[in-house]
Amino acid sequence: MNPSARGPEPLATRREFFRRGLSAGAAIAATGGIGAWLLDRHPPGDFGRTRSLDLRRDFSVRSAGPAMAIARGRDRPGMLRRALAAMGGIGRFIATGDRVMLKVNAAFATPALLGATTHPELLAELVRLCRAAGAASVVVTDNPINAPESCFELTGIGAAARSAGADLFIPGPGAFRAGTLPSGRLIRDWPVLYEPFAGVTKLIGVAPVKSHHRAGASMTMKNWYGLLGGRRNQFHQDIDGIIVELAMLVKPTLVVLDGTDSMMTNGPTGGSLADLKATSTLVVATDAVAADAFGATLLGRTFRDLPYLVRAGESGLGTTDFESLHPARVPAPAS
Amino acid sequence: MRITTARRIAQVFFFVLFAWLCFVAAVGTRMWQWRGWPIRWFLELDPLVALGTVLSTRSLYPALSWALATIVLTILLGRVFCGWVCPLGSIHHFASWLAQRSVPLKRRIEANQYHPAQAIKYCLLAGMLAAAALPVGRMMLASLQTGLLDPIPLVNRSFNLAVLSVTDLAAGRWSGPGRLYSGAGLIGAIFIAVVLLNVAVPRFYCRFICPLGALLGVIGRSAPWGIGGQRTKCTECGVCDLNCAGACSPMGPIRASECLMCMNCLDDCPKGGQIAYGPRPASAGEIASPGISRRDFVISVAAGLAVAPLARLGGATAGDWPAGMIRPPGAVAEEEFLARCVKCSECVRVCPTNVLQPAGFSWGWEALWTPALNNRIGTSGCQANCIACGHACPTGAIRPLTLDEKLGRGGFEAAGPIRIGLAFVDRGRCLPWAMERPCIVCEETCPVSPKAIHLDEVELTTREGKAIHLQRPVVDPARCVGCGVCEHECPMSGLRAIRVTADNETRDPGHAVLLRFDIRPALKGRDS
Repeated sequence: MNPSARGPEPLATRREFFRRGLSAGAAIAATGGIGAWLLDRHPPGDFGRTRSLDLRRDFSVRSAGPAMAIARGRDRPGMLRRALAAMGGIGRFIATGDRVMLKVNAAFATPALLGATTHPELLAELVRLCRAAGAASVVVTDNPINAPESCFELTGIGAAARSAGADLFIPGPGAFRAGTLPSGRLIRDWPVLYEPFAGVTKLIGVAPVKSHHRAGASMTMKNWYGLLGGRRNQFHQDIDGIIVELAMLVKPTLVVLDGTDSMMTNGPTGGSLADLKATSTLVVATDAVAADAFGATLLGRTFRDLPYLVRAGESGLGTTDFESLHPARVPAPAS
Repeated sequence: MRITTARRIAQVFFFVLFAWLCFVAAVGTRMWQWRGWPIRWFLELDPLVALGTVLSTRSLYPALSWALATIVLTILLGRVFCGWVCPLGSIHHFASWLAQRSVPLKRRIEANQYHPAQAIKYCLLAGMLAAAALPVGRMMLASLQTGLLDPIPLVNRSFNLAVLSVTDLAAGRWSGPGRLYSGAGLIGAIFIAVVLLNVAVPRFYCRFICPLGALLGVIGRSAPWGIGGQRTKCTECGVCDLNCAGACSPMGPIRASECLMCMNCLDDCPKGGQIAYGPRPASAGEIASPGISRRDFVISVAAGLAVAPLARLGGATAGDWPAGMIRPPGAVAEEEFLARCVKCSECVRVCPTNVLQPAGFSWGWEALWTPALNNRIGTSGCQANCIACGHACPTGAIRPLTLDEKLGRGGFEAAGPIRIGLAFVDRGRCLPWAMERPCIVCEETCPVSPKAIHLDEVELTTREGKAIHLQRPVVDPARCVGCGVCEHECPMSGLRAIRVTADNETRDPGHAVLLRFDIRPALKGRDS
């Protein structure tokens, strides 16, 4: 028998009984209190519920000057500089201290020369111009289709961003928030890229001209698809609707449409140089609808062939009549 | 009346009540079927169901408030629930008595000595509660596995799916339709094995395995009243161990957290009064600690914390979610479901068509014995006007729906009906699609109005040169609720030519197939 367990003296026993009675009472009170406090705090289904944010963002800059410039040539950085100069210089859009986000098209893990993604030379020049204009930070991001790290590395976008002084943001699952476009029918409680927007004051979209078998063409407006998370592929059931709603969700400072080489067939992935055609044009615009309406002509079409452009124009998100903006036309430099 | 007689009356009463509540837990027209009986009352009384779900959901489901009464009882009087109330405990008690009757007294006394392995149940409890206490939220990892061993879900499951199903077959189906349950053989075999363990050691399960007994042992270890030995005239003859249910050394120092309050020792003491019920501690002393070492406790908690995340590595709650696992209407999203379901099978038993089944191992072992539909079993799929399962569920793993919410009416029009899945026509097996023969049983039996299955009308010439008119079924995903009536009725009785998967189920927006079709008609453009 365990000697330490020998019974205590009767008086001590009585004291112990009262001590136990008190602690039992305290335990019962605690049980009731905790039970009442926890009662149905999270009813069934509560954990799936998310507070949806209004994630509309307006980065547009209202200032006098051309709304669009069309540069010709083969040298992307040069065309970008000259187009921006024709619009009044990048200082018209980026001010000292601005925190700039560049939304590239990094959808596929393919090399830059196949034209499926934003060209790294163009991106690097844009980063440099933003920095030169006084931008405090530049972040480059996209939510790609192929493996994200591979996309940013194989396209050369990652290396270009880093060498030019930008940060790369590769979204993980925590980078998105449930967002709602108040007037929207599709973007409701949907995961939208959130984390890299913290502190951002200016937004520039940079995309190549590509044919797209579902949407008709993928240019600067379709590029905002990369802001969506979740199983966004279901939006292909209403591709025009989602492109229009994305245009309502984010209003960029600028868009840059790269038509140096346009993907005429096999879009949006391409995969062969035979899919590309040298169209030797680069557009910078404050109006993405106008930029894409012009871009359609590089694919041998008009905005009327692309229903999302028609709807965006009708909704007042921009003008499909890009000539009405009197775009500055910058010819290729004499070689 | 002796106190042990009172205990036996209580045991018989609660066992009969338990069996009756299982028996009546069936929706049907017979007078002995569910008529407001509190069929889940024993589950609601179970503090382990309450504590497990509190840890996993940070919330007490209102039905489980009954468990607070059991906790208060245990704080004051110790493991009275084990010795007087628990139906599985009573089964063990009776089986032990049967098995030990012819065993010599000396061997019986030996069999009832405390064994250090009785601490195993505390390890099981600690590990299971640790797994349940993992974080909730976006990365929901909490895994409630207490139901595997918790005696109330265990005996509930065994009675509902094995015992009553077998007696149903024998007695001419008094529970309504014939009851077939996939995996019921395993559930029954485990039940038989658990009962047969009493042949080796009396109340083996209660002493060594039962995590609820462990929980009550911890809660009641310092109860103000209890059994205790008086050290004055005790000759240490050991007869008090002869019928001791808990192997708690009643002579003293008593293992307080092992005592099942069976009171047999009070009767058996030949000197009389050497063991008494009264204020604690008694003069022969006691050991209040449950006898689990700190090291074993830490190991158990660590194992519990590791097991649940390891189970999630399979991806069954992520991209590789099992499309064949169709949860009943009102089931919450899977991460939360696994944090709520205690595998009691109350929903499975109550389902009037027998379409609801206990899951086996094919959808991950976390989902073992949780409810899922099998449209090949039973009388029909999930009935449009039935909401029984959610009202039988003790933990809210299946929400108690109203018919209005289930059918998307009476204020729920905007949300639409609750969808549990989506039917897909297999055009390679469908008679009119593949074999140029008329059928459309699926379209005819579709209970949705307007029907979720419509017909393609085609004119064909058969190989005999006969011109025929055929109707071919096409599913409208905007209307289909996944009830499975079509799959059940499809004449391809082997592999059905129309089959439901959990795609498009309401409970997880990430499983949506369509855009928000309720508002699509308002869209303009070529897609709408």
